Amino acid sequence: MSGGHNSAVAPRRRSGRGPGMGWFLSLSLALGFAFLYLPILLLIVFSFNDSKLVTVWGGWTLRWYGELLGNEAMLNAAWVTLKVALFSSTIAAVLGTMAGYALARLGRFRGRTLFSGMVTAPLVMPEVITGLSLLLSFVAISLDRGVVTIVLAHATFSMCYVAVVVQSRLAGFDDSVEEAAMDLGARPATVFFRVTLPLILPAVAAGWLLSFTLSMDDLVIAQFVTGPGATTLPMKVFSSVRLGVTPEINALSTILIGVVATGVLTATVIERRSLARRANPA
Amino acid sequence: MARNRGRDAQMTRWVMIGLPYVWLLIFFLAPFAIVLKLSFSEMRIAQPPYGPTWDSWEGIAAYFSALNFENYAFIFEDPLYVNAYLNSLQIAAISTVLTLAIGYPMAYAIARAPAQWRGLLLMLVILPFWTSFLIRVYAWIGILKPEGLLNLALASLGVIDPEEPLRIYNTVIAVYIGIVYSYLPFMVLPLYANLSKLDPALLEASADLGARPLKAFWRVTLPLSLPGVAAGCFLVFIPAVGEFVIPTLLGGADTVMIGRTMYNEFFSNRDWPLASAVAVLLLLVLIAPIVLFQRAAAQREVGG
Repeated sequence: MSGGHNSAVAPRRRSGRGPGMGWFLSLSLALGFAFLYLPILLLIVFSFNDSKLVTVWGGWTLRWYGELLGNEAMLNAAWVTLKVALFSSTIAAVLGTMAGYALARLGRFRGRTLFSGMVTAPLVMPEVITGLSLLLSFVAISLDRGVVTIVLAHATFSMCYVAVVVQSRLAGFDDSVEEAAMDLGARPATVFFRVTLPLILPAVAAGWLLSFTLSMDDLVIAQFVTGPGATTLPMKVFSSVRLGVTPEINALSTILIGVVATGVLTATVIERRSLARRANPA
Repeated sequence: MARNRGRDAQMTRWVMIGLPYVWLLIFFLAPFAIVLKLSFSEMRIAQPPYGPTWDSWEGIAAYFSALNFENYAFIFEDPLYVNAYLNSLQIAAISTVLTLAIGYPMAYAIARAPAQWRGLLLMLVILPFWTSFLIRVYAWIGILKPEGLLNLALASLGVIDPEEPLRIYNTVIAVYIGIVYSYLPFMVLPLYANLSKLDPALLEASADLGARPLKAFWRVTLPLSLPGVAAGCFLVFIPAVGEFVIPTLLGGADTVMIGRTMYNEFFSNRDWPLASAVAVLLLLVLIAPIVLFQRAAAQREVGG
């Protein structure tokens, strides 16, 4: 691809870009992708390895998947994780959409600086700080710790991701359509639900999906705010991983990776289709 | 009718701003105040396991008279904590530079790839980010262990003696690898966003003026991409300083990072006030980069 991409960016020039640069870029891209994907591929391959010793190849098997399905504690944790992810990402999608809309469309308001600060800070805040501070607050208001507190915690950091996604989507549209609807006498709430929301729906959906994965994935914050009886999948994985690599965890990882990859690919295909439909409406 | 609409608009405004605002005040900002308050108390074997507590207005007066700085004094006296802070900053800084070194050429290559390829290449960068962070870190254990896949491969190639495998697992090098691996997408995405907006005419102009590609890169592309570099570096550096999972799973006993220290203080020693003080100091260290990050984000927002 080294020859091809030069011409796409700029028509070929006399001096052009040296072939050396193109080579270097292609190579670093290839190595970068190898670095990103090789560990995951190895993990998947070794989940089918018929040997208790993880690095010795003993032939193909589905044994670890069978054992995983028989592991009651693991299944319970998976169920808790799913519930938490479902509730927290839905709350996050609603609140995050509102926040993104407020930042993109509502101009100046009092406390806007603080507001946008509170929306961006959680994106980089170290998890140990978020986890500790939320736990201490839940203790201070004597809220029973468990699924509910994990949902509240996850919804809080996820809504910030949704807000950023929605805000940047809204920044891509000018508000002329919304203005037109207003001029035609639609009430503000009607304009939001009938005009704005359909426009940003892909961003809201993407934000919801992102929140769902972030929630499924979170270990540290959940570890802090959880209570007796609410063990999530990452906690379960973490405690067994600390004891070493096990084929069962490899199998679990492969299932999770498979689910995520399918979800992301489906979402991409759907978005491509809807873009194509918009480009040439039948 | 018109007045009605005005009132509606006002209501919509209030709800749209107010609801997320109040939520973030309660679940993001107020918790920091509680951490700050707790960091000035002392550990007690009771429920809750700290004191003094703060339950009434008279309590507040009593509270401030009982305020103590012992946790902070303890942290500064014990070289363990100071080292942990310095170590974390150093590890995060080195990892950020490494991530930039790997991520920049990738982002640049994607930005210059044919338009119909860019979407796919970008998705390939984002896809690992969607798969579990914990699992991706875990995958490296099997690779880096003394009897792991890397050593196996190197030994079969005859590069190393199988009796003397490379010791990477449980060292700081494994932590670097883990951080670079986990945070690479956060570096590539803002860099790509920046580089793809770069006007090719600028490079053409510099070529017309006789600049060689490498020189054009140093004098034109790189300076113009600095906002992207800054955004990527903040996105990697700030969370990496407080990283817990990576040093715990890949690092050794001597890879002390502050996130890990705080976690242990909280879960193993059950010293909530001390853990809070550690958190407050960590936040103080990070406040400058966080503010800079936000300013950069706000600028991008204004710039379009």
